[in-house]
Parts: sequence; C-alpha cells; structure tokens
Amino acid sequence: MSWFKDAGHLFRFAFLFVIAFVLFLVIRHFVVPKSFGEYGHYRGAAIAEIAAKPLHYGGHATCETCHADIAEAKQAGKHEHVNCEACHGPLQNHADDPSIQPAKLDTTVVCVRCHAASAAKPGGFPQIDPDQHAGGLACETCHKPHNGL
Amino acid sequence: MRIDRRHFLVMLPAAAIAWKYVLAGTPEESPNYKMTDHWWSMLIDIPKCIGCGNCVRACAAENDVPDGYFRTWVERYHVDDYHMENPEVISPDGGKEGFPVAQEDAGKYFFVPKMCNHCADSPCTQVCPVGATFITPDGVVLVDQTYCLGCAYCVQACPYGCRYIHPAKRVADKCTLCYHRITKGLTTACCENCPTGARQLVDLKDPNDPIHAFLKTHHVQVLKPQMATGAKVFYNQLDGAVR
Repeated sequence: MSWFKDAGHLFRFAFLFVIAFVLFLVIRHFVVPKSFGEYGHYRGAAIAEIAAKPLHYGGHATCETCHADIAEAKQAGKHEHVNCEACHGPLQNHADDPSIQPAKLDTTVVCVRCHAASAAKPGGFPQIDPDQHAGGLACETCHKPHNGL
Repeated sequence: MRIDRRHFLVMLPAAAIAWKYVLAGTPEESPNYKMTDHWWSMLIDIPKCIGCGNCVRACAAENDVPDGYFRTWVERYHVDDYHMENPEVISPDGGKEGFPVAQEDAGKYFFVPKMCNHCADSPCTQVCPVGATFITPDGVVLVDQTYCLGCAYCVQACPYGCRYIHPAKRVADKCTLCYHRITKGLTTACCENCPTGARQLVDLKDPNDPIHAFLKTHHVQVLKPQMATGAKVFYNQLDGAVR
C-alpha cells in the first residue's frame, strides 16, 4: 500500500494533534470551575456565594417581633412608614444577641438630618431651622419621635 | 459516508466547539426555578427624595463600601431658567452626610439618587474578558470577585459610572441590589432605610407588585434611554436636565 507509505508524516502529525487535544481537555477539566456555564458564561456558584453574605440591617419586620408596642405607636403618627433602622442604624447584631444594646440616639443630630430647612427639599415636607426652632434643646424634650408628633 | 483527510481536518474545530457545550451543559436545563420567578428592579420617586443621605449610609454599612467609594449616591440638581441644559450638580461625599442648606434662589432644586441600573442588556457584562460579571436569571448584575482580574474594562463601559475598583481587593465592585437581602425576602438596605419611601424595590415578574399600576399612571423614565442598555431603575418625574 503505497498510500500508507507516503502518509507516515501525516499520521505522526495527527498523533501529536490528538495528544495535544486530550491534554487540553484534561487541563480544562481541572482549571474551569465546576459551575461555570451553569446559567451563562460565568461561575454559577458565585450567585449563591453573593447571596450568602451576612446581614447588617435586620429589617423592620424583625424589630417588630419584639418591639410590637413601638410598631403600634408608630402607626398612629407620621413616622408610620419610617423603618426602625432608618434612625437607629444597623441592628442585626442586636436581633441575633439582644444583650448587645444599641447606642442612645442624639435627636439633635438624627432628626435634623431630615427636618433641617432647605429650599432644595420638596415643599410639602415638614422643615425647621434647628437654631431658631429648638435653641439647642433635644427634639425629644417636646416631640415623641415614634409617634411623629 | 466517506470522510477524507481534508474533511476530517475541517470538522475538527467544529467538533471541539460542540464538545465544549457538551461539557458545560445547556443553560435552559439548569435548576433555576426560584430565580426565574423574579425580575428585580427599582423605582425612585424624585418628588419624595429629601436628600437626607440615609440610603448612602445604609448602603455603606450593609455592604462594607470603602470610604470615598459609592454603590449608591445622591446628586442635587439646581436648574435655573437660563441654563436648562447646564445645571449645577453637587454631591458632597456622595450625599452621605446630607447637603448644604440651599437658600431660596432662582430656579429649582431636586435630588436624584443614583445607583446601578441593573441593565437587562448591560454594557459592563458584555466587555468582561473572563466572565466575572454577569446578569443573574432574576435580573441582577453581579461581580464574581474570585474570578475578576481587576482590568476595569467594566468600570469604563458603565455609562452611569456605577462601578469602581475596590481599593483593597483590587477587583471590580458595585451595587448587588442587596442580593443577600432580596433573596431572603427582605428589601434592599437603601429602600429599608429611606424615610420617605422615595426608593422602592420592584419585582417586575410579581403580578401583585404595585409597580405595574404605577408605571401605567405616572411619568416614568430611565437614565440614558438612548444607550439602549435596558436600564431597570425607574425614575418618577425625572427632570429633563438630568444626565
């Protein structure tokens, strides 16, 4: 068979090609993460990893499981839809371990963040000039923040 | 069928490509039944925003955002009658500690909270050379930080300036739409802490979400619609001066 005799160099080339291809598949098997391509051209397991990050804000529903009285008080006033942690800060650690007590709020800082008068704020929003209005007194001297009064 | 050498060599690359998909499995058959129940986005109600900066602080606390970098920030626009197309925009420290008092002045003021638009056809995911950033089946654009090289192509590609390179990790970082919260049934940190309800998390696949009625009855826009990014952060009563 003269056909085989003349084609020897091609078989050697094909052999090398097959070796290289198998090597490529073996390396690829170890290098590419298992979940790559599960949902698209990315590592599918990354979604679950990002979803597993820890919480800092517990959410108002968590607060209300213990502090139902405050939730009830809020319903009567204008702060009904202002969630607990909007003023009190991130408190998931307090929900996990109630012995961790959050710091007492300084109403002269917290209230003023929203209610300091500025021409940039929407007209209907209740605003005051902190210096003229309170003269340095803490807001809770007169107001009840949970009731929004 | 007779295959000669020429045809065999021609078919090899095609076979290699086919084998790649055999290994990867077909995306349609993935068990993602939960994720496919949602298509997340957000509604921002401009007339309700008071510029208190609660969202910026909450985002930083929830997601450990480094100082001087922002996953969400608030801009204050001042548009006067003679410079409609050239408004004065300020955002001191991203609006984190609020804004300086504006005196009654000519023109109008309003606040524009900004964040990742979680675009359905986002430019940032298209340019990633390694598949480290992607849109999930429930419509959230995320970064796989173990895969990211930190090349910052995506930072340049985002038309909204919503990405940054994390100064310590040296990888791309951005808003995750609080993916660790919304998958647990909570709302995002910025929505949870917005005192006026100017931000609302939206699930477009939920037929009972009030967004459907809202979109029908309000003047709602997205940012840079001309870029056809499929932006999903809806702005109610957005002023024409906003870029």
